Amino acid sequence: MRPIRVLVAKPGLDGHDRGAKVIARALRDAGMEVIYTGLRQTPEQIVRAAVDEDVDVVAMSILSGAHNHLLPQVAKGLKAEGVKDVLILGGGVIPDTDIPNLKTQGIEAVFTPGTTMETVVSYIRSNLKRDLRE
Amino acid sequence: MENWKKHLQTERKRWEETIVKKVTDRFPERKETFVTGSREPVERLYTPGEGDDQYLDEIGFPGQYPFTRGVQPTMYRGRLWTMRMYAGFATAEESNARYKYLVSQGSSGLSVAFDLPTQIGYDSDHALAAGEVGKVGVAIDSLADMERLFDGIPLDRVSTSMTINAPAAVLLAMYIAVAEKQGVSAGQLRGTIQNDILKEYIARGTYIYPTQPSMRLITDIFAYCSKEVPKWNTISISGYHIREAGATAAQEVGFTLADGIAYVEAALQAGLDIDEFGPRLSFFFNAHNDLLEEVSKYRAARRMWAKIMKERFKAENPKSMMMKFHTQTGGSTLTAQQPDNNIVRVTIQTLAAIFGGTQSLHTNSRDEALALPTEASVRIALRTQQIVAHESGVTQTVDPLAGSYYIESKTNQIEEEAFALIEKIDELGGAPRAIDLGFIQQAISDAAYAAQKDIESGEQIVVGVNQYQIEEEAPKDLLRVDPAVEIRQVKALHAMKADRDQTSVEEALKELKAVCQGTGNTMPAILKAVRTYATLGEISDVMRDVFGEYEQHVRL
Repeated sequence: MRPIRVLVAKPGLDGHDRGAKVIARALRDAGMEVIYTGLRQTPEQIVRAAVDEDVDVVAMSILSGAHNHLLPQVAKGLKAEGVKDVLILGGGVIPDTDIPNLKTQGIEAVFTPGTTMETVVSYIRSNLKRDLRE
Repeated sequence: MENWKKHLQTERKRWEETIVKKVTDRFPERKETFVTGSREPVERLYTPGEGDDQYLDEIGFPGQYPFTRGVQPTMYRGRLWTMRMYAGFATAEESNARYKYLVSQGSSGLSVAFDLPTQIGYDSDHALAAGEVGKVGVAIDSLADMERLFDGIPLDRVSTSMTINAPAAVLLAMYIAVAEKQGVSAGQLRGTIQNDILKEYIARGTYIYPTQPSMRLITDIFAYCSKEVPKWNTISISGYHIREAGATAAQEVGFTLADGIAYVEAALQAGLDIDEFGPRLSFFFNAHNDLLEEVSKYRAARRMWAKIMKERFKAENPKSMMMKFHTQTGGSTLTAQQPDNNIVRVTIQTLAAIFGGTQSLHTNSRDEALALPTEASVRIALRTQQIVAHESGVTQTVDPLAGSYYIESKTNQIEEEAFALIEKIDELGGAPRAIDLGFIQQAISDAAYAAQKDIESGEQIVVGVNQYQIEEEAPKDLLRVDPAVEIRQVKALHAMKADRDQTSVEEALKELKAVCQGTGNTMPAILKAVRTYATLGEISDVMRDVFGEYEQHVRL
């Protein structure tokens, strides 16, 4: 079975990458292949990287408050590229009341402050949309 | 060794082997090793002579070299610290109303939070600004916004801190221009611009230009302000964000002072006099939960900076050796779970900052792990400072924790560890080079990961997060910035642009470009452009053209 491939991305302009980096390392330590984009990625750049790197998961961290605007654009962009089997996740300072709306727009889970690395790792393992044996 | 010390050691040994052992044999301690918030080991007991035996050289008197006990001889007996609440959101009008509210509630200085497009030099109608306008701070596109931001606030009577870095020169120029319109001269202005680009590369992320031109802009500000805005603190060398990114207390001090050294070296290289710009350097630190470690951290940092300025840079003016600093309580210590508990955390952190001798303080609000704070939450945060100031009694004497065997020993230990980091950075060729190599980022990232692992293993208990959890309802009454703010802001920007004298804007931008291409001081040309209502984005674009843009070195 091949390892899970994850794109950890920072959409928007905020520079808070502690969470993104910690998650990226945790996923790597859990045996996944992790690509981290660095800061200030546009939705288009994130979609491009996800397609080019053929990842199974796109995990986006955002703390600027622009999540309602930016995260759905990535989901839309992936769809437009014909990519339907990538698990799209969000994390950061995102109010609970925004989460249902994000979910209807294709962000399948949103992890807020206090989430353990273990929670994220096991969520990814049990919610992948691709078969790793293929 | 002096006799009493020998005697003390013998007695200590006897105590460990008899009294302590008798108890621990039957009742072992809660843990095998105890550690600080920065995961440094802590001994069971500290005794005399472990840090306080060179009193006059290393500790001394407040207001006197090496300033370990404070930069003022009377500290808070003379004047309380400035209670400075960082605020800003949505448009200039809404932020202006929040500032007036804060002042009416006893806030003693303003602190402006700008939105991310402003911090990165984009106008509100830029493609990358979409969704970000007015979110984490106020949107400022031109002098017109700045005029509204400070409407009815007399700039000769407040001191204003602005968290602005890459475009610091532009926002300072706008502030000077607003003051002119109020009839206040630049010489009367008091305040601070953060203006610390190195920590943006390290930890905070709102950089624009590459290192070299960024350092030039900073030293241009030093030179300009020393003549024209002499009461202005031209930089706030910041450990805050380095700590937030995961650094330990000693790393916070070591990396921040290494950045400070780089700025001093750049200014000296630009031909400035150490005792002219030295007194206007200021610092900004974090306050975390480990009260005693934090207090020791501030004391160590103060003593180290005094030594660096005196011994390394041969400063002669004692004011150049005084480390003045702002403190903010630690955002990363706040929990989204049971948010009212954050009030208690912030109280502990406030005490740390005050025992540490801070010059000003921002206290975070209980709801900041969830959203920008509401007015009610901000009021509690400000009241926390006021209670410590007026009811706790800790302000009545100077540096009250000095002489604690633990505090003095810990102060020495942080100094030693931070100086070792500075030495390592010197070997690598200085802070800018160490950042290019990723050395500093890597060390912080390692510490952040270790801290998170400690939380997940339960080694570090975080109340409400990994112990003492309860079922909670989703929090109500969070502050939300209306998406209509962006539309209003863009409309106002376009109206302003249609109304201004386009020829003078273009001339000013052309002149600015020529100055940037040369070696002259950029500040006068920026000020001139700002006065024509050239926008922040237009001015920044001119500089992007000439200077290029910084490329992040991505490291995990």
